[in-house]
Amino acid sequence: MTINRDHELHSRRWGRNLGVALSLGAFIALVFGLSVAKIQRGSLMQAADHTYRAELDPATRTPVVPSE
Amino acid sequence: MGDIQADITGQSATGEAGFGDYVQLLKPRVMSLVVFTALVGLLVAPVSLHPIEALAAVIFIALGAGGSGALNMWWDADIDRVMTRTARRPIPAGKVEPGEALAIGVALSGISVIMLGLAANWLAAGLLAFTIFFYAVVYSMWLKRSTPQNIVIGGAAGAFPPMIGWVAATGSVSLESLLMFMLIFMWTPPHFWALALFMKSDYSKAKVPMLTVTHGRRVTRAHILVYTVALVPFALAAAFTSIGGPLYLAVSVVLNLLFLIGAWRIWRRPEAQAEADKYRIEKRFFALSLAYLFGHFAAFLIEATPPAGMLAASIGWSF
Repeated sequence: MTINRDHELHSRRWGRNLGVALSLGAFIALVFGLSVAKIQRGSLMQAADHTYRAELDPATRTPVVPSE
Repeated sequence: MGDIQADITGQSATGEAGFGDYVQLLKPRVMSLVVFTALVGLLVAPVSLHPIEALAAVIFIALGAGGSGALNMWWDADIDRVMTRTARRPIPAGKVEPGEALAIGVALSGISVIMLGLAANWLAAGLLAFTIFFYAVVYSMWLKRSTPQNIVIGGAAGAFPPMIGWVAATGSVSLESLLMFMLIFMWTPPHFWALALFMKSDYSKAKVPMLTVTHGRRVTRAHILVYTVALVPFALAAAFTSIGGPLYLAVSVVLNLLFLIGAWRIWRRPEAQAEADKYRIEKRFFALSLAYLFGHFAAFLIEATPPAGMLAASIGWSF
């Protein structure tokens, strides 16, 4: 039997690496697309980021006055 | 070293999995059914998602199904090795290590639930988590090897995807999603018992207590008929909700009639006759069961299109 430089094992390993890489790439693209879609729809994307923001502080919100 | 050994022996089963082996671990045929039913559940819902959100939701539901499939293969590797139908699965074939399958199953399950929660909502994610738990733990680890009702109760796992799709879009469970659930739930037992009738030696070899093994084939035939009769009202009731319509009703009536006739013929015939014609009727019923489910969900999808809505309005259909 001949000893090949590229055994079937190598091609299988290459295929597996390529498949995993493409899957991860697709996952990243999907998460990116999802982020764009959510921002376009105006979903609330704000969260605490270690700086004071008045719009997130309940104490600074204007109370709603019931109309007569 | 492993590479050198592989070259000398020339064997292909080197324990090094190819990408296709990992895909097989996720049960792609089951996944395709999950994708289809979840997509229908999502598209027929009265609330429309952004296309990318909808795509992401369906992909993560499918990944969850794949993860639970990998966990099932990890747990069932011992019986898969014994059964002819499953002996070529990646673990019994020696292509994927059991530990790898467990890791893939756990990772995909976790990722899919978290990502579905972020992409759609947390109720849908919770239902997906429950489905994975139900299939991997309740069905695979507990029911499958302990009761002949394994298929009946375990069928719930396969029935959840359209409900998850609906909840991903609407954020709540409703009558329509419950009927889609019941359609698959009641369809599962006749579908699998027909398979058990013609894959006769597999389950007894593996000591899986299928109804055919524990209660005999005559009882199984009667159960197929009873569950088929019980399925009909759920299938027809969906016609009179917001996801149904006259087209769906017509399709459902025809498919249910064919399914009932098939179940009746299975119930009537003696085992000797079935063996003589190599389970022709049972195999045909199994194929019909696939068409039955596909036909109903395709009809839901058609009913969600504007022409179907116009047709319903023109004949005064107001459900």
